[in-house]
Amino acid sequence: MATGPTGNDGMLRIPCPHCGERDYTEFRYGGDASKIRPPHGTADARAWQEYVFLFDNPKGAHLEYWQHVLGCRQWLVLERDTATNAVGKAHLARSQGSP
Amino acid sequence: MIAMSSRYSALALARHALTGKPWARAWRSADPKPAYDVVIIGGGGHGLAAAYYLAANHGIQRVAVIERAYIGSGNVGRNTTLVRSNYLLDGNTQFFEHSLKLWEGLSHELNFNVMLSQRGQIVLAHGPSQLEVLARKGNIMRLNGIDAELLDRADVMRLLPYLDYSQASRFPIHGGLLQRRAGTVRHDAVAWGYARAADRLGVDIVENCEVTGFVRDGDRIIGIETNRGRIAAGRTAISVAGHSSAVAAMAGLKVPIESHLLQAFVTEPIKPFVDHVISFGAELFYISQSDKGGLVFGGHIDGFNSYTQRGQFPKVQSVAECAVALIPAISRLRLLRHWAGIQDMTPDGSPFIGRTPLRNLYLNGGWCYQGFKATPAAGCCLAFTIAHDAEHPLARHLSLDRFERGNGHDEYGNGNWTYRQ
Ligand SMILES: Cc1cc2nc3c(=O)[nH]c(=O)nc-3n(C[C@H](O)[C@H](O)[C@H](O)COP(=O)(O)OP(=O)(O)OC[C@H]3O[C@@H](n4cnc5c(N)ncnc54)[C@H](O)[C@@H]3O)c2cc1C
Ligand SMILES: [Zn+2]
Repeated sequence: MATGPTGNDGMLRIPCPHCGERDYTEFRYGGDASKIRPPHGTADARAWQEYVFLFDNPKGAHLEYWQHVLGCRQWLVLERDTATNAVGKAHLARSQGSP
Repeated sequence: MIAMSSRYSALALARHALTGKPWARAWRSADPKPAYDVVIIGGGGHGLAAAYYLAANHGIQRVAVIERAYIGSGNVGRNTTLVRSNYLLDGNTQFFEHSLKLWEGLSHELNFNVMLSQRGQIVLAHGPSQLEVLARKGNIMRLNGIDAELLDRADVMRLLPYLDYSQASRFPIHGGLLQRRAGTVRHDAVAWGYARAADRLGVDIVENCEVTGFVRDGDRIIGIETNRGRIAAGRTAISVAGHSSAVAAMAGLKVPIESHLLQAFVTEPIKPFVDHVISFGAELFYISQSDKGGLVFGGHIDGFNSYTQRGQFPKVQSVAECAVALIPAISRLRLLRHWAGIQDMTPDGSPFIGRTPLRNLYLNGGWCYQGFKATPAAGCCLAFTIAHDAEHPLARHLSLDRFERGNGHDEYGNGNWTYRQ
């Protein structure tokens, strides 16, 4: 994963594709972005349990949602290393389906 | 084998003062043996307590506690030391009261002073509806035989004259709920006290030994892999605080836990000032004063998954804002230190103590903000679960499969990962 301009030491900064790099305090966290919602009508409770409650929670590379609430208000998907806080690339969440 | 430390007593203290001989080590530094009846992963407060109760209550003494660093290096040494039993939900009320009762006898039981200070905790209400909720909680506590006193504004002014009662205060003080038996405990002493007492009953405490995997036989766990070799185990328990999902994943288990950072803060020391533990009602914020004089306080988790063990600065500001909103007089105190711990967070803010889908593997984790006060009860329930391969009656509501069954146990919508609410 690319090490962004911010590492462990400073404020977590998120590169918004619209607004540029901003402090994380402008964003709202949205959690794990690696999961796919089961199709509507899925009757298997386990599929929902998996989707709603179970997480990989990796120590390392993590794909996660952030919403730029104090900026363009878009939902982003960010790559971040949970062991170092080094950030990688961010893209708009809607470019891969809604969050 | 090194000579076991003797019993601590006034006489031993006097003898020691006269002879000037150094105190014996309080517990042995054990090397891992090839096999144990029970292996507990994680030498925090919970793991050490479970080992002690296995030996003391269940007569199981071929036990090892496997700690990857040194005991007390995790959250047991990083928390803000508050203990209380003012819980609302059935199940929690009894569990945390059991824990507080164990705290009350612990220094005697362990022959180690854990410095329980029952200075009382006051939870504040900033409006009538909040006070109603506290009254309900107090009633539930009293029905369970737990002490609780409802305070009106005048009572709070008498007990805590230094809060902001001015017209300008952003969160006017309406009243509060006092639990006199709540307070603080010396956190390091908890790790050391349980370690010494467990060691004296034959438990091996193995430090600098990291668990890297599990040995499986079908759906049964029969041992662990470590950086110091394989250890066979009749039964194995995971009790690793912020790393529960990482260790559970080594056994192929996915658990409803995320790891988040929680920070704590201490100011420069001042003369005795804050005599109680105070919980703000307008935000998650609590404050107490240490024996050294520093004001110790904390707030919410930072708010996004992290294993960095290093807090973000905006949280320093928001927590300091709470402190000053509550007690304007401390606005010019300097912060001496702040630090962070990696904490398991669960969807309902409640922990897990019990069996897992794998046989002979047990999990104690997901403790969110509340694991320190739970240490004796968690250790006691985990030991019971390991010994009987069944959940302890006090921990039945804390099973790992409760979300699947629609039985989430949410005390006040606060302990879980806040971004989801
Ligand atoms: C800043 C902060 C303030 C808090 N304040 C309070 C409070 O006021 N009141 C309260 O009730 N609770 C509080 N808590 C929560 C409480 O501290 C924890 O829930 C509790 O300490 C967790 O249990 P433990 O003591 O066993 O954890 P720990 O002491 O963290 O023990 C877990 C151990 O597992 C070890 N480990 C991890 N992975 C491995 C591995 N692979 N192999 C071997 N060993 C491993 C770790 O090194 C660690 O020593 C606070 C937490 C934090 C971070
Ligand atoms: Zn933006």
